[in-house]
Amino acid sequence: MREVSVTRLSAAIRDAVILANTVMTPDIQRRLEEAQNQETGPVARAVIADLLENAAIAQAEHIPMCQDTGLVVVYLTFGQDVHWVDGEVEAAINDGIRQGYREGYLRFSVVADPLRRVNTRDNTPAIVHYRLTPGEGVHVDILPKGFGAENRSRLAMLKPSDGQAGAEQFILESVRVAGPQACPPFIVGVGIGGDFERVAELAKEALLEPLDTPNPDPYLADMESRLTDAINAMGIGPQGFGGRTTLLGLRIKVGATHIAGLPVAVNMSCHSTRHLAFDL
Amino acid sequence: MGQVSPRAALRLPLDAARVARLRAGDQVALTGPVLGARDAAHQRMRDLLAAGKPLPFEIAGETIYYVGPSPAQPGQVIGSAGPTSSYRMDAFTPELLALGLRGMIGKGRRSRDVTRAIQSHQAVYFGAVGGAGALLARRIRKQEPVAWDDLGAEAVVRLWLKAFPAVVINDVYGGDLYDNVMGADGAGAVDE
Repeated sequence: MREVSVTRLSAAIRDAVILANTVMTPDIQRRLEEAQNQETGPVARAVIADLLENAAIAQAEHIPMCQDTGLVVVYLTFGQDVHWVDGEVEAAINDGIRQGYREGYLRFSVVADPLRRVNTRDNTPAIVHYRLTPGEGVHVDILPKGFGAENRSRLAMLKPSDGQAGAEQFILESVRVAGPQACPPFIVGVGIGGDFERVAELAKEALLEPLDTPNPDPYLADMESRLTDAINAMGIGPQGFGGRTTLLGLRIKVGATHIAGLPVAVNMSCHSTRHLAFDL
Repeated sequence: MGQVSPRAALRLPLDAARVARLRAGDQVALTGPVLGARDAAHQRMRDLLAAGKPLPFEIAGETIYYVGPSPAQPGQVIGSAGPTSSYRMDAFTPELLALGLRGMIGKGRRSRDVTRAIQSHQAVYFGAVGGAGALLARRIRKQEPVAWDDLGAEAVVRLWLKAFPAVVINDVYGGDLYDNVMGADGAGAVDE
């Protein structure tokens, strides 16, 4: 058994939310640089140049890339032989977020209730997912999620007979209706399978995958590649001003489902998708 | 490889003559005062107008920037300050255009009610680059509170822009850059 203090978790999350919001991930940076070389239209080129310059300014001046510094989603994966000490795990996670959002001058974007809408003024609570593994390790993924893209996400309970073609049609339609307000070029997380709840989780988990690592399942890798080409052929382009770069990455995650079901979820995310992972 | 096209300088506040020179797809650099306001501030404007009460600021001739900036660090004018999605303000917008609102800056499509009102009231809708909040913050030279401080990031503020990059989306002639790119009922249509 290994003892881990929740104060370490708290401090690491404080640092991680600041870093995630101010430094673009290297995989997105590389994709934008590639896109810059592929685009020929002046407006598309101007937008991508702005996004790269934006990332450079944010990093140099320690200010958020995007003013929507997100609702924080935390994935805490820990070994079943870990014993948490010095306090409550979830309270520690929220303490880290509270400190990080205050000290990092990040925006408070959370309301305590969806209808009465009073801002909590510290960007808590986070959405926390716990996953158990064998052993004594602790792995944390944080995903501060902006809502420009989140609002354009969709979920469908398809029939098994809709098959791969039906799933692909729903994914393409979802990206098309997301449109310019979801801040293209996009990163798209797709979940297929599970149930109503699990499929949305799969779609969000797909956003944690690095863009430059191919899907280990060749069937899904092939599907991702065809969807990527079809989305880029839509012509939406950076910010919806037209161009070849509508998508920076698309990842599919699948899960076991019921004999009667084919759930599909499309979690839209933007060029400023913020993800940071660390071990404790 | 293509060139990054130049952006035409455009002074604020706007008037009918300046707006009439703009066409969907034009790249501009905006200099002058705007009001920063988003969801909660628009709800309050509607509530006051519905109650027959005056707004605490003048709307006629204004340009509203749909923005909820991150907090300014010591020594900074403003934090990250990119556009938020405009369609969430669509329900409030025709009424403000009728009061003389002349310009809007945001991102993404507007409803047909809004684009029609933009045309009939001789106004303009600009798109700014969503997610470029650090870059755009450098093009904001001054910030002052105007109303409703209690709304935090959603309070109404006066912002002075300096060569702020934007693209004309909807012009007074019915032009729509998104329609040109994606078709009238194409990507991101917001009418249900």
